[in-house]
Amino acid sequence: MTDLAVHEHIGLPVFERLGPHASRAEQVAHLAEAARQIRVQDLKLVHHAGAGHIGGDFSAIDILATLYGAVLDISPDRVGDPERDRFILSKGHVAGALYTTLAAFGFLPAAELATFLRPLSALNGHPNRTKVAGVEASTGPLGHGLPVAVGHALSAKLDGSPRRTYVLTGDGELQEGSNWEAMMAAAQHRLDRLTVIVDRNRLQQGATVKETNDLDPLRDKAAAFGLAVTEVDGHDHGELLDVLSAAPSPGKPSFVIAHTHKGHPISFMSDDVAWHHKVPDEAEYHQALTELEKR
Amino acid sequence: MTPTSVADRPRYDCRDAYVATLSELAHDDHRIVGVVNDSVGSSKLAAFRASFPDRLINVGIAEQNMVGVAAGLANGGRIPFVSAASCFLTARALEQIKADVAYSNHNVKLCGMSPGLAYGELGPTHHSIEDIAWLRAIDNLTVIVPADPVETSAALRWAAAVEGPVFVRVSRMSVPQVNADDYAFVPGKAVTLRDGGDVTLIANGTVLWRALVAAEQLAADGVAARVLSMPTVKPLDVDAVVAAARETAGIVTVEESTIAGGLGGAVAETVVQHHPARVAILGVPEFAPTGSAAFLLDRYGMSPEAIAASARDLLRHG
Repeated sequence: MTDLAVHEHIGLPVFERLGPHASRAEQVAHLAEAARQIRVQDLKLVHHAGAGHIGGDFSAIDILATLYGAVLDISPDRVGDPERDRFILSKGHVAGALYTTLAAFGFLPAAELATFLRPLSALNGHPNRTKVAGVEASTGPLGHGLPVAVGHALSAKLDGSPRRTYVLTGDGELQEGSNWEAMMAAAQHRLDRLTVIVDRNRLQQGATVKETNDLDPLRDKAAAFGLAVTEVDGHDHGELLDVLSAAPSPGKPSFVIAHTHKGHPISFMSDDVAWHHKVPDEAEYHQALTELEKR
Repeated sequence: MTPTSVADRPRYDCRDAYVATLSELAHDDHRIVGVVNDSVGSSKLAAFRASFPDRLINVGIAEQNMVGVAAGLANGGRIPFVSAASCFLTARALEQIKADVAYSNHNVKLCGMSPGLAYGELGPTHHSIEDIAWLRAIDNLTVIVPADPVETSAALRWAAAVEGPVFVRVSRMSVPQVNADDYAFVPGKAVTLRDGGDVTLIANGTVLWRALVAAEQLAADGVAARVLSMPTVKPLDVDAVVAAARETAGIVTVEESTIAGGLGGAVAETVVQHHPARVAILGVPEFAPTGSAAFLLDRYGMSPEAIAASARDLLRHG
């Protein structure tokens, strides 16, 4: 990229993983700062691209930062290692959050973020497995990630491998029947090294999930399908770290309902359905930056 | 007296070649697994399951999950052969084929069992006449329609060895062997089963033998028909099609699928762009009425006699 105007908006440090001797408090502080910086960068991406899904990005970023920053057994030099953990982003429309997270943890050169949505960029509006190292499946149409994750978890089980599989779905996305097909198969095959994380922000594109096609009681439904259900504050890095790195429940896939807020923590975006894919104007952009810098 | 007609040869169910070949491949390569939607019986995979009980994954009646699971297995280094009735595999899971397999470039082999009109009297819900047109439109997916057990086996061996998404139709309707015992499948290449300079018949799958018998009948009338076997619909052998357009009076395509966008469509697109020539497309034009597969093929102008008549018509008006 030679476009300096674009370059000015790329300023993301690379976050190294903390060593095994870091305290939980140090881990949590590290993840919180990574997530804050990822949000700042993602805000800039969306603002400058003039497009993106910032509401969903901001509900998912704490989950993504925790996975890449501390949970997944994966590193930039092992993206092709057959024994790496797999993370599949089923809600592919938050590609901007994924790219920014990958850049924050060294999987993608930060400078490449400047190409987001630009002509011929590898950084499409939905992630492309063949173009971006670290992307495990080309997602975008909803209800695809969970079946692919089940397939990977099955492969690991066949191999007798300890590698784990994580998949992040939206909550509105669970209206797609393919997810429930996959959950039945996950329980049937006792895929206990599979963790399904639901970004439970309670909003879909046009309205609340409750108004549209309610999922509740989601906890009971997932449990009835044979999954071990946990609920966490999806913006609390400590809770996320504990639950996502916990040992599996023997014989049962994990189902983590991460309670989140679309647009979190920006005052005028949070929980507002309009911010599904709205682009901040100049004043909103600066206000959001100020709010993120204060944290 | 010509040698015995192709029509008089013994008939085979290609699913038998399918399971025998898949079992051999799985024996030699531990990465190979089967993935089915409660389709063990209809795919004739009982013997495979007996040999490799852990490597036949039955997801139940859930085609979207079946193809997604196959993509995930491939992500984990396995080589999944998805084996399901072509009508359900390709229609119910089309978006998974597009996104999880082809666009994601996962090394999945999709085996469309009992395709075309194979389910005969079960009707259009179970006919899979659209599969070729749908899949031919998807990038990064090789589409193969074998004509006999030898070609089914050879195509499967090729698919197992190549890295990338492949669709293979595996027919249920019994067919005579039309390829040589030592046949080697070459992707994207037509096979000239019979040479001739008057008119060209291009066919694949269960109707290829019918085209060969039509050519025998035309020869008896002094018409030299070239018969091109076109096992790979995508990528198409453009050179062979253009040569046929240039060197003969016209092309009759014959396929056990819809006349919209299948083999005939592929040939027509090629001819129009490279060497305009007369093309007659034989296939299924509608939701078929009740009848056996053989009855329906005859009804839609794909008896050997009707194929020969189409060729003569094309010569007359060429």
